[in-house]
This record gives sequence, C-alpha cells and structure tokens, in this order.
Amino acid sequence: MQAGQIEQIEIDLLLEAVYRRYGYDFRSYARASIERRVRQFLSRQGLGSIMELTDQVLHDPKLFSSLARYFSIAVTELFRDPWAYRVLREKVVPVLQTWPHFKVWHAGCSSGEEVYSLAILLREEEVYHRSTIYATDFNDSVLQQAREGIYEIDRLKDATRNYQGAGGKASFSDYYHARYGAAVMDGSLRERIVFSNHNLVTDTVFSEMHLIFCRNVLIYFDRGLQNRVLKLFDESLVNGGFLCLGSKEDIQFTEVADRYEVVDRQARIFKKKARP
Amino acid sequence: MSQARDMGIQRAVVIGGSAGGSEALLRLLGGLPVDFPCPILVVLHLHHSDGGALAQHLARVSKLEVVDPSDKEPIVPGRVYVAPANYHMLVERQGSIALSTEERVNWSRPSIDVLMESAAHAWGDGLIAIVLSGANSDGAQGLVAVKAAGGLTIAQNPAEATYGVMPQAAVDTGAVDLVMDIPEMAQRLPDLVNMGRRGPLRDDLMERPRDER
Ligand SMILES: C[S@@+](CC[C@H](N)C(=O)[O-])C[C@H]1O[C@@H](n2cnc3c(N)ncnc32)[C@H](O)[C@@H]1O
Repeated sequence: MQAGQIEQIEIDLLLEAVYRRYGYDFRSYARASIERRVRQFLSRQGLGSIMELTDQVLHDPKLFSSLARYFSIAVTELFRDPWAYRVLREKVVPVLQTWPHFKVWHAGCSSGEEVYSLAILLREEEVYHRSTIYATDFNDSVLQQAREGIYEIDRLKDATRNYQGAGGKASFSDYYHARYGAAVMDGSLRERIVFSNHNLVTDTVFSEMHLIFCRNVLIYFDRGLQNRVLKLFDESLVNGGFLCLGSKEDIQFTEVADRYEVVDRQARIFKKKARP
Repeated sequence: MSQARDMGIQRAVVIGGSAGGSEALLRLLGGLPVDFPCPILVVLHLHHSDGGALAQHLARVSKLEVVDPSDKEPIVPGRVYVAPANYHMLVERQGSIALSTEERVNWSRPSIDVLMESAAHAWGDGLIAIVLSGANSDGAQGLVAVKAAGGLTIAQNPAEATYGVMPQAAVDTGAVDLVMDIPEMAQRLPDLVNMGRRGPLRDDLMERPRDER
C-alpha cells in the first residue's frame, strides 16, 4: 500500500474521531480541500503525523476548536461578485417589492460581509423594512465578528469598488464609521438581522424563506452532502422563492435541478417553481 | 495513491504562470496538436476581476477545448481547464475539479503551488508540471511536491521567459527535470506524455541531463 493510501485512512480516522467525539461531521466534505487543510494544520501545529493529531484532538477540546475553525474556510468580502448584486437589483427586487414581508436566510454567512452587503442593497431599494434576515454559520467565532460588523480598513478600497460595481446608489462611506483604524458598519443595517449558529450538516430547516443565499459553501461539500443541503433549502423555500449560489456553484447536475428555473445563469440565481 | 488514474485518466499536465505567463501559455497551447491525449490544468495569476476572459482568449488560440470550470466539473482528456479568478483550483482523486476560496497562497488566488500539490496527490508519477514566466516564486514548492510524488517537472528557460524569476525560483529548488524554450516544449510535450515516466522517458532524461541548458 502506498503512502497516499495510508494517509487516506488516517484522514478517515481523524474525521470519524472528530464526529464521534464532538458531533461535527466533516466526513462528507470535499476531500481535496480537507486533505490540504489537514496537512497545513499539521505543520502549523508542529505535529508529526495525522494519528498524533487525532490522538490529541480526541482529548483536547481547544485543539478541536481550532481545527474546526481551520476547516471552516471563512474567507469572504463585501459585495463579492458585484455583478451578481446587479442582477439581484434587476431581477429579484421587483418581486420582493410585491411581498408585504419577506424572509432571507444567509446560510454560511461567515463574518457577515455578504449580509451587510444585502442589507445595504435592500435599503437602497426601499424594501429593507419589510425583511427579516437570518444569518447563520456553524463557526461561532466568525458569527461574533458578523454581529459586531467591524472590518479592516484596508479592505475598504476593494469594498468601495465592489459596491460601485454592484450598482450602489449612494456613497459606500455612508454605511460605516471609521474608528481605531477599523470600519464599523452602521448599526441601523443590523436592525432586521438575526444572527445564529446553525450547522447545515446536522441541523434542521428554517422554514418559509423567500430568499436563500448559500454562496461558496457548497464547494466544500461532496456531491451527496450538496444534494442533502439543497433539499434542506428546497424544504425551506416558499414556491416562487429564490436560491442564490456562489459564482462557481450550480444546481444543474443535482437532484433538485428540475424544481427550479434559472433566473440568471452567471449570477447563479434560481427560482423555485410552483408545484401542483 | 493515485486514484484519479483509476478513473481512466493516466496522465495530466499542470501549468503555472504569472507575469508574461499568458503570452507563454498562448504560444505553448497554440503549438499542441488537437489530439493531445491528456487533460491540462492551468493556473495563471490574473487580476481578480477577469471574468473568464483569459479562458475565452485561450480558446481562440488553442486547438484544444478550453474550459472555465465550475466546482466538481469532471476532468476529461484533451481539455484545458483554466482556474477561475479568485478561486484556488484543486483536483479530487475521482477525477474532478474542486474550487476553493481559502486564503491566498504566495499572495495569490489561484495559487500554482495549491494546484500542483493537489494534482501531485491525485496523479502521482502520471503528472507533468510546468512553470512558465513570472515575477514571483509561486510554483516552486508545487514542483517540489510533483517531483516527490514521482512526476516530471519542467521549467521555461528563464532566459527565454519575459520574467525569469519564477522559472528560476523553480530551478533553484533542484526539483526541475527539464528546462526548455516554449517551441521545444510544445514540440516535445506530446511525446513526453505518451512515453510516461516508466517507459523510454527515463532514457530520454539520461540522454538530456539537467545541466544541458
Ligand atoms: C467561504 S465562506 C462563504 C462566505 C460567504 N457566503 C461568501 O460567499 O462570501 C464559507 C462559510 O461556510 C461555513 N460553513 C462550512 N460548513 C458549514 C456547515 N456545515 N454549516 C454551516 N456553515 C458552514 C464556514 O464556517 C464559512 O464561514
């Protein structure tokens, strides 16, 4: 047996140990990325082997927390993929305007940049007051950052450019206050946002959603888990509700494909068909 | 180790480039035959607003089909997969593309090292890795990983490259098997992939030792 195959067994055992000890299930995550994260984590911790890591993780909840955080890959940005926000304005907002109240779910919201971006867009389109926004992630430390809405000032140049590309109607500086070298997002943007911990692999549905964002999360799941999570979203969405995925994610070859029509292929926005 | 090969894909080529790399890549791909027998995976450092423009440009030059892949896209011989801007591109052992938004590596996303390390695990000694022109040292560690897994490693001749820093950084690791100009690379690549590591390639390497530059 080659070294690479032995490493596979070691990783399987690590993920199994993590699941049985802590209830976090990474067994159906996309493997290439998990492998890379495990190898990187080993060298960061100065550990010699995956078995050694497994042994320590089993007995050290703190080490588990940092491993889980390391697996969560929380990289995000304000108005990521600006063109997708333009499409939201053009093709989704007109529908939102017809609803007296609507609910939005950001699944895998990370440190909140995507949530504040949408809040800004909804405010500019004058429908924010009719929304309730649920922002969830399974990583408590990024959720805490999301609640605080404090971002590094040196990322604002990109954010401002993205905001303009997203069809922003005001000046991006209207939405934050600079303080201690950081940008603090305006508190009024948070009025209708509820942050909570939710694990897409093990928790159940949030119901009656009109708009679900799950961007750049499904890429970390294998096909089987993707299908399960997409079914969860399907149970949560009202007929005529919208599903927004990351720019490289698609429902095309998944089990829910025929239940949706494509609103915009490039922006990966899909609309749930009414079912008889 | 190399389960991507159980799925019928025995060999693959991975190519990385940065400044001056797209020009080198255009020449290289333009010189490859339409029946090139294995998949080619490419990382070029681009500005992150490039919305698949490079892939479109390559498609016009190359006789091979050029793909701007989605996550989980199956890898098919004879196609060129170009990492999308702002995503790392990795390889799943079952033979599909995996995209990731994790942190930049060598200030880059996509990173050449990330692709090459992942491909080395998937294809082992069935892999050929090439580093082209560039002004940083991304790809050097990737080539070391490819070499360690038994693959064949090639650098563009730093003197020929628009920016020699990147191929030179690769050469300096001591893990580069062959150093070539682009026309020679385009001419020899089909033979190199056909011969493979275990066959005549070994002799070929012995006839053309590394220090012949
Ligand atoms: C790359 S970020 C995406 C952030 C944002 N949606 C965007 O596109 O910019 C992926 C997020 O998914 C979260 N995530 C991963 N697995 C999860 C799970 N099982 N349940 C909930 N969130 C998860 C991670 O913690 C991380 O914050």
